[in-house]
Amino acid sequence: MNAVLDTALTRAPAPPAPAAIEVRDLDAHYGQTQVLFGLNLTVHPGEIMVIMGGSGSGKSTFLRHLIVLEQPTGGSIHLLGQDVTQLRGLELLDQRRRMGVAFQGGALFSSLSVAENIKLPLREHTRLDEQTMDIMARMKLEVVNLSGFGDLMPSELSGGMLKRAAVARAIATDPQLLFFDEPSAGLDPAVSAALDELILRLRDAMRMTIVVVTHEIHSAFTIADRITILDRGHILEVGTPDEVRQSKNARIQGLLNRRPDETPLDPDAYLRRLTGEA
Amino acid sequence: MPMIGFLEQAGRRSVRALDEAGYATALFGESLFWTLIGPHRRQPVRIGMVVAQMMEIGILALPIATMLSAAIGFMLAVQSLYSLGLFGAESFAHVGIALALTREFSPLIVGILVAGRSGSALAARLSSMTINQEVDALRAIGINPVRYLVAPALLAMLIMLPALTMWSNLVGMSAAGLFVSASLETTFSSFVANSADVLSSSDLTHGLVKSAIFAVLIAIVASVNGSLVAGGADGVGRVTTRAVVHAISAIIVTDMIFGFLTTR
Repeated sequence: MNAVLDTALTRAPAPPAPAAIEVRDLDAHYGQTQVLFGLNLTVHPGEIMVIMGGSGSGKSTFLRHLIVLEQPTGGSIHLLGQDVTQLRGLELLDQRRRMGVAFQGGALFSSLSVAENIKLPLREHTRLDEQTMDIMARMKLEVVNLSGFGDLMPSELSGGMLKRAAVARAIATDPQLLFFDEPSAGLDPAVSAALDELILRLRDAMRMTIVVVTHEIHSAFTIADRITILDRGHILEVGTPDEVRQSKNARIQGLLNRRPDETPLDPDAYLRRLTGEA
Repeated sequence: MPMIGFLEQAGRRSVRALDEAGYATALFGESLFWTLIGPHRRQPVRIGMVVAQMMEIGILALPIATMLSAAIGFMLAVQSLYSLGLFGAESFAHVGIALALTREFSPLIVGILVAGRSGSALAARLSSMTINQEVDALRAIGINPVRYLVAPALLAMLIMLPALTMWSNLVGMSAAGLFVSASLETTFSSFVANSADVLSSSDLTHGLVKSAIFAVLIAIVASVNGSLVAGGADGVGRVTTRAVVHAISAIIVTDMIFGFLTTR
């Protein structure tokens, strides 16, 4: 007994799990205009990280870089240990299989049925036979509470159902990373709450690392393990919901308390933004 | 001052046109790449999608292609009999009709028809998919949009335009033959036999090669316009119209250059 205790006590502590997402000094430009400024962020495995910010804060641009739809002008993004800014071709393809994305409007392919939408990533990335893919599509629909809706076309679904179907497609290949772009946008409170519950369930049941970009404050504080506040391309704060709530930063408090931005507008800067000049 | 503005405008448009031409070339190259190399990289161009596009571009266009080809054949016969009648040479009508149809009118009318019908549909589809983030979704899933959307349309056009052109030759010649034989009180079979004597395989090849070039032009022009969409529904309408106008213009100019280079 003592020997067992001694072994346990002298055993070296387990090394910290590598970050699921590691962003370092990320810069992004649209033309000559810089939109993201040296962002640094770490997301731990199994964590729900919510990225919040007002309109024009750069959160959607940040997400497009995280899901490798845009290439940054500086810095690095490590997803599951791989620097995706350096990946090309088949390597990038392999990485994409390990991540799923649920877009704001669902972005389901309108020419395919809901089930065919879910089967598309399986068809492209696996060698499963048709029957197995059918079963998997039904399983994913079951997870998002859309059993029996597989034969419908996307145009026949309501807004909330579209978003859940998009989640079903995003998790088709059982990814380790899941990204959501404005999951609650345009939904009524009840449907929005159901979607929040689904996100929590995915984290708990499937042990996914989840990044959610949203400006819905209630939803963000319901689901987040940690929250990142973005403002004009800069990260203002990264912390737990309580830490963010207690932040002394006036802009964060303005965002959380829905106070209008009272920063006086610099006409020259405004003109430069409009014309795209640096 | 207005002169400088005009020059600036012309310069901007030229740069944009060059930019689009470069993009079109890259798109064509990438489509060929996925068609040839895709299967070796576990990412083939799906046969099912090519067949679906072939149905849309070719089979469903058969009724209208048949009607237009018959009308063109009939019109050519009417004009040929009239113009040759001025010299009392109506009996040679089959020469002009057969050569004009196979070398010029069939590929041209089929090209214009497919540009208006399927080119516009492809541009509208790609542009609305871009706006609805479906193209982003494809990339996020790990599916190359050129392989999934452009290459099948290009392959389908490359197969169906020559096929429709052959069909158009057949229908146009039949319509012309019926009119000529009725007008000259000869038999339809003699018109067919005389036309077959006039036509060589190079005449048929001339028309078919042209139709293949038109197929590439329609698919690439529609894809370029569809993927460069900006704005919402308004943008979709704009690029769709632009795609049709550009494709038909490209077809007619290419037809002229091709004819000039090969018929001398």
